[in-house]
Amino acid sequence: MSPDFLSDLPKLFTFYNILLWGEAALTTLLLSAVGCIIGMIVGFVLAIARQSRRRALIPARILSGLFVEIVRRVPFLITLMLFFFGAQVLGFDLAPLTIALIATSVISTAFVSEIIRGGLETLKPAQLEAAAVMNFTPLQTLRLVSIPQALPIVIPPIFGYFVLFIKDTALASQVGVLELTQAGKIMTTKGHSAFLVYAVVLALYFIVSYPLARLGGYLENRLVLSRHS
Amino acid sequence: MSFLDIHDLGARYGSLRVLDGIDLSVEQGEVVSLIGPSGSGKSTLLKVITGLMKPDRGRVTLAGAAVDYSNRKSLKAARDRLAIVFQQYNLFGNMTVLRNVTVAPTTIKKRNRRQVEEKARELLDRVGLGDKLHVYPDQLSGGQQQRVAIARALCLEPEILLLDEVTSALDPERVSEVLDTIRLLAKDNIAMLIVSHEMSFVRDVSHRIAFMADGRVQEIGSPEQIFDNPQTDRTRDFVGRISRVGH
Ligand SMILES: Nc1ncnc2c1ncn2[C@@H]1O[C@H](COP(=O)(O)OP(=O)(O)OP(=O)(O)O)[C@@H](O)[C@H]1O
Ligand SMILES: [Mg+2]
Repeated sequence: MSPDFLSDLPKLFTFYNILLWGEAALTTLLLSAVGCIIGMIVGFVLAIARQSRRRALIPARILSGLFVEIVRRVPFLITLMLFFFGAQVLGFDLAPLTIALIATSVISTAFVSEIIRGGLETLKPAQLEAAAVMNFTPLQTLRLVSIPQALPIVIPPIFGYFVLFIKDTALASQVGVLELTQAGKIMTTKGHSAFLVYAVVLALYFIVSYPLARLGGYLENRLVLSRHS
Repeated sequence: MSFLDIHDLGARYGSLRVLDGIDLSVEQGEVVSLIGPSGSGKSTLLKVITGLMKPDRGRVTLAGAAVDYSNRKSLKAARDRLAIVFQQYNLFGNMTVLRNVTVAPTTIKKRNRRQVEEKARELLDRVGLGDKLHVYPDQLSGGQQQRVAIARALCLEPEILLLDEVTSALDPERVSEVLDTIRLLAKDNIAMLIVSHEMSFVRDVSHRIAFMADGRVQEIGSPEQIFDNPQTDRTRDFVGRISRVGH
């Protein structure tokens, strides 16, 4: 008949286990969503700061450049550990989830910022000169010229990165946050079939990340198609 | 005082001195053309006038006000009075033809949207692009983009119009049409500073012509003076050479 491990399946979904899976999936979703949203907003601001030529913004330019270059070069786990133990040393009493949220947001900010900067750099300076001579303010130039042209270019790589990023939130399990990977570990130590447990984890990761990939595809189509409709 | 008055203007790219004491003036309603060899700094002069490049000496006065290029307010006031058509058109790639023409008058100058649009349609019609209003720049030929850029500049209703080689990307039949449009405007009170290699056009349309070389205006005078009776050897050389080449 059916292999042995399948008889274990119902036990994986007792009431309490469903609560555990649900909490874990929501935590993974939360880490991903917060990371993506903060990453887009702050990453965008940093990208603007990095390409600004204003003299008053030189310190911001240097700092954001340093931030992006350092964070992108350090393994995620190290960044996470630095925040975790840094918080302890400095006496901040933060929940592991809070620390994980901050660390993953910092990481995605650095990566997204770099993608956006690359997108802005593909713009022809001549268009920016035309805008300047017509008295566009720097913000108007961004809103009317730069962003509309950079967006279709950066959306695909940003969402491509987000799909990878969701997997990286698994690292939060290293500081004891109950997200999907951690839930898998807990279930296996409870004696459930490890194969089955991680099959469920896989399915849940897919369920969390699939809508994001679809959203990315949708935005990409809309942005590219709306231009020539 | 002249509408545009340039005195002892200097500018350089790093150690390369491109403008070395430019003296030039354009009266209200006057059309002045700049001719000179390639690399003589004609485009650079327009860049400095429009504030895209800082001068390192001299002074520019526009409509009676000295332009302080390191003062944002002063620069903004100057830019409000002028429009430029660049050698490479520089249209906004994310906007339709119509939007390219209307965006600055409506969004920046806050003019009435309907009136601006009406004017934009009329201008685009006049440069032969009435059927391309909703097309994007990358779907247009170079000459068509050039004409959109001209319409965009005219729609700003500038007091002075700067044109950099606007005829170079146009096919021969189009040149006359676009020039007619510009000439029609030349009858208005608009001042123009035109950079061109098209000697027959320059001769036709200009009140005065300035010959530029070595970062200075070597000679300035009526079209008859510059083409038929140049006062300096450099001008005679240049005009002789360029008319032998054709046109
Ligand atoms: N961005 C730049 N950086 C450095 N040098 C430049 C730059 N732009 C122009 N130059 C140099 O400045 C000089 C003047 O250039 P400019 O474009 O003003 O000439 P031009 O008279 O407009 O020539 P053309 O008739 O070919 O358009 C040239 O020697 C050119 O090589
Ligand atoms: Mg030039």
